Amino acid sequence: MAQRILAPDPQSGFSRRDFLRGSGAAAAAAGIAQQTQSALAQEKGKQVASGQQTVKLNVNGKDHEVKVEPRTTLLEALRYQLDLTGAKPVCTDGSSGAATVLVDGKPMQANTMLAMQAVGKKITTVESLANDAVPKAFVECDAQQCGFCTPGFVMGVRAFLNMKPKATEEEIRKGLNGNIWRCGTYANVIQAALKVVKGGA
Amino acid sequence: MAVEYSWPSKEKSNAIGKRVKRLDGMEKSTGKAKYTYDVNLKNQLIAKALGSPHASCTIKSIDIAAAQKVPGVVEVMSLKKDGDKIEFQGDLIIVVAAESEGAAREGVAACKVEYDQQPVFVKDSDLAAAKAFSFPPAKPGDKPIPATSAGGGKVQLEKEPGKDENADDFAVKEIERLLKESTHVVEAEYGIDAITHCCLEPHGSTVEWNGNKLTAYLSTQNVSGCDEGFANDLKIAASDVEVICNYIGGGFGGKFAPDYWSTAAARISQKTGRPVKFLLDRDQELKIAGARPSGYIKVRLGADSDGKITVWDSEHWVTAGATGGAVNQTVIPYVFAPKNYRRTAINIKTNNGLSRAWRAPNHPQACAITQTAIDDLAMKMGADSLEIFMKNLGTDDKPLVAGAKPSVYKAEMERAAQLMDWKSKWHPHGKGQAKGSIVDGLGMAIHTWGGGAGQSSCTIKIHPSGEVEATCGTQDLGTGTRTVIALVLAETFGLPYESVRVNIGSSKMPVSGASGGSTTVGGISESHRRAAQDAFAKIAELVGKKLDVAPEKLEAVNGRVQSTDDAKKSVSWKEACSLLDMSPLEVKGEYARGTKSSLSSSQVGGVQMAHVEVDKETGVIKMKKFVAVQDIGLIISPQQAESQINGALIMGIAYSLFEQRISDPNTGAFVNADLANYKLCRIGDIGEFVVEFYEPESERKRGVIGLGEPPVIAPGAAISNAVANALGVRVSPLPLTPQRVLAALKKAKA
Repeated sequence: MAQRILAPDPQSGFSRRDFLRGSGAAAAAAGIAQQTQSALAQEKGKQVASGQQTVKLNVNGKDHEVKVEPRTTLLEALRYQLDLTGAKPVCTDGSSGAATVLVDGKPMQANTMLAMQAVGKKITTVESLANDAVPKAFVECDAQQCGFCTPGFVMGVRAFLNMKPKATEEEIRKGLNGNIWRCGTYANVIQAALKVVKGGA
Repeated sequence: MAVEYSWPSKEKSNAIGKRVKRLDGMEKSTGKAKYTYDVNLKNQLIAKALGSPHASCTIKSIDIAAAQKVPGVVEVMSLKKDGDKIEFQGDLIIVVAAESEGAAREGVAACKVEYDQQPVFVKDSDLAAAKAFSFPPAKPGDKPIPATSAGGGKVQLEKEPGKDENADDFAVKEIERLLKESTHVVEAEYGIDAITHCCLEPHGSTVEWNGNKLTAYLSTQNVSGCDEGFANDLKIAASDVEVICNYIGGGFGGKFAPDYWSTAAARISQKTGRPVKFLLDRDQELKIAGARPSGYIKVRLGADSDGKITVWDSEHWVTAGATGGAVNQTVIPYVFAPKNYRRTAINIKTNNGLSRAWRAPNHPQACAITQTAIDDLAMKMGADSLEIFMKNLGTDDKPLVAGAKPSVYKAEMERAAQLMDWKSKWHPHGKGQAKGSIVDGLGMAIHTWGGGAGQSSCTIKIHPSGEVEATCGTQDLGTGTRTVIALVLAETFGLPYESVRVNIGSSKMPVSGASGGSTTVGGISESHRRAAQDAFAKIAELVGKKLDVAPEKLEAVNGRVQSTDDAKKSVSWKEACSLLDMSPLEVKGEYARGTKSSLSSSQVGGVQMAHVEVDKETGVIKMKKFVAVQDIGLIISPQQAESQINGALIMGIAYSLFEQRISDPNTGAFVNADLANYKLCRIGDIGEFVVEFYEPESERKRGVIGLGEPPVIAPGAAISNAVANALGVRVSPLPLTPQRVLAALKKAKA
């Protein structure tokens, strides 16, 4: 199959928007809304991709070859091909925060980003945080119940504290509204985040 | 040696009652824990489904030809046929299994279904509209089906009718007389909208066949009970099914059975010879996978000059969706049982998704629509709500409340009031000092629940190496099931709880009950404590011989088995187990629900108090502080129990302020079936929490009682009452959205 992906094609009449529309995937449409910035950046170099491609994703410091279609989300690639199932499919529009991963250090929703958009970027998933202070603090403070949304929240807290290592309780309460918890252990998440700030975990 | 099952005293406990880290905490926090959605089987297909876009229709035709041609699509299966009736939006019609999610979705989009639309009714809050509506007959020539039906009721009066008097006529007259003679009368309507379970892991499964044996990784709160569900539907032997659920992403009462979509996955898997993963999409999870019935009520309440309720008269109406069904009239008015009352329930059938058990079925609605009326009595009298609630408890000899004892409620109220600083914060309804457009208020409510131990059996295996292993067909809804089992065994064997190996989550393990109705911790504590005490008795016999100590004079403490008279006479746990020689010791533990036991009991009471701020200009309500004081008998794992209360308060804030199923009145469409618009609580919405257990020896000695349901009951009334206290105006129904606050203020001004 032709490896045309991510090759800027100034002659092509297709814009990225056309390509997304052509793929017809709901996830891609959601991707547009969430990824305006990267879309604008990519608009400069128009490109075309179709069919299944093998691409390289750099996940947790290692390169992996994955087979993706233009409509394949980063979340699908992580979960189905790399068996990295920490990021969860809870919503389709990024409103739950359960699919939070770091892309070049920034928190992104893996379900609103196409796998192809992640090529050439450094992706960090919750699985890489086995020795991190954040999950340890979550356990110390019992900031979990069923635990399904916990990995997304751990990533959210990690990303937030990377930006604000000295965050106050007030800032934590305001800054972590992107994640939904149904069992509800927000009270303990606040404690866990504060513990990390204080270097306690 | 006959073993007497019991718990050690608080002072002698080394494991139970201690704050510990969740046994599976790191797995959950680092993505290692594999939930049903996370189970990837080799060569699996991904299934997605088409749900009905219409809330009320008949299927005219189904055409799957185009879907079958979509590249990557492997199997298309119709779940419905021409002429089938659909009674709520989202009901699944066709399942498409494909090589990828993308292909499955494309296949779903290519399905062509024609519908014949029928009249729709979803206005459950409007009793007059419901009474005027009838659904078309099931068959031509049959009678139309009225939307409303009688839901039962009860009249209880102190006075008896005269000899020749008709009982019904007497009741009507007596209720009117009592109301007329009351010093204070509250006459109002209250309500609470329907919500959904909204499990973050949607319902569904990943299934595979090995010959004629089915393995179903199912997101379920009923591991031991779902093999039969698959077997019945697929016409195979239950013993040929293994249901596995190592981790479940939320259930809340909605995941007791395999559901038709999981048996559909099994059929597709059988037909294609490949594993199939089929979990509902978010909108389907909200539309079809369970809802909590709504509840609306018309109340007349009479009280004497002291604020004691003398008479209660109510009619309430609710919907459980397309099946009809109601909030059971037996819990009206909630907890309080006045000497004279009349209550009537009306069921309404609507074109909404079917209700399922939702944490403490009936109770949250009953509490929210009746303890608000009691608070309105305080408002009417200009009295302190706490005093009015207190006055209506009665005494332990002559209780005026159901569930827990009045003395327990009273003690909890006093403690909660202290923790809330109620007395210094209190002001009469609507009479607080405003800060600009912001006013604050206090509210409270009380609740009860049974929570008796569920059926549970388990196996405990003690290896000659000293390793302890427990196996039980139960599940962890988030309760901390593994941690509770480990603590019970650690207590009995004098070991660190982390050293206990706990196996749960398969229908091939010893049968344990579904996690519903706050029965799990009681059940697993019963079975494991029994098995562990029996096992220890056997070990004590061996050690007794070796040390020349009577077995009943041996105890297990700090990794040693020692004489209770002389701690120097001891062996290490490892040495004790080595006496087992070559083969491990296996002991079964069993508890049958309802068996009287010193290890567990039932019936708890709890008190919750809320402090809120309301902006009269914007209608926005903010939680300032939430206090919960709860009795649950003996607490095995306080840290996890506290989390359960935190979580319940947060769910409570969600359904009090944000969460509602919004149905389009004309089409019946569930218009906010996504997480951006189906509003749940976020971390910034919760304010400060203070959670305390009421565990004096009088309650602790009752043994273990479940906690899943009780703390989620009172938030609705407590928050509504706090808002009423702030504004001097009752806002209803729940959730108290900004527009409802503003509308209530506008109405009060007019």
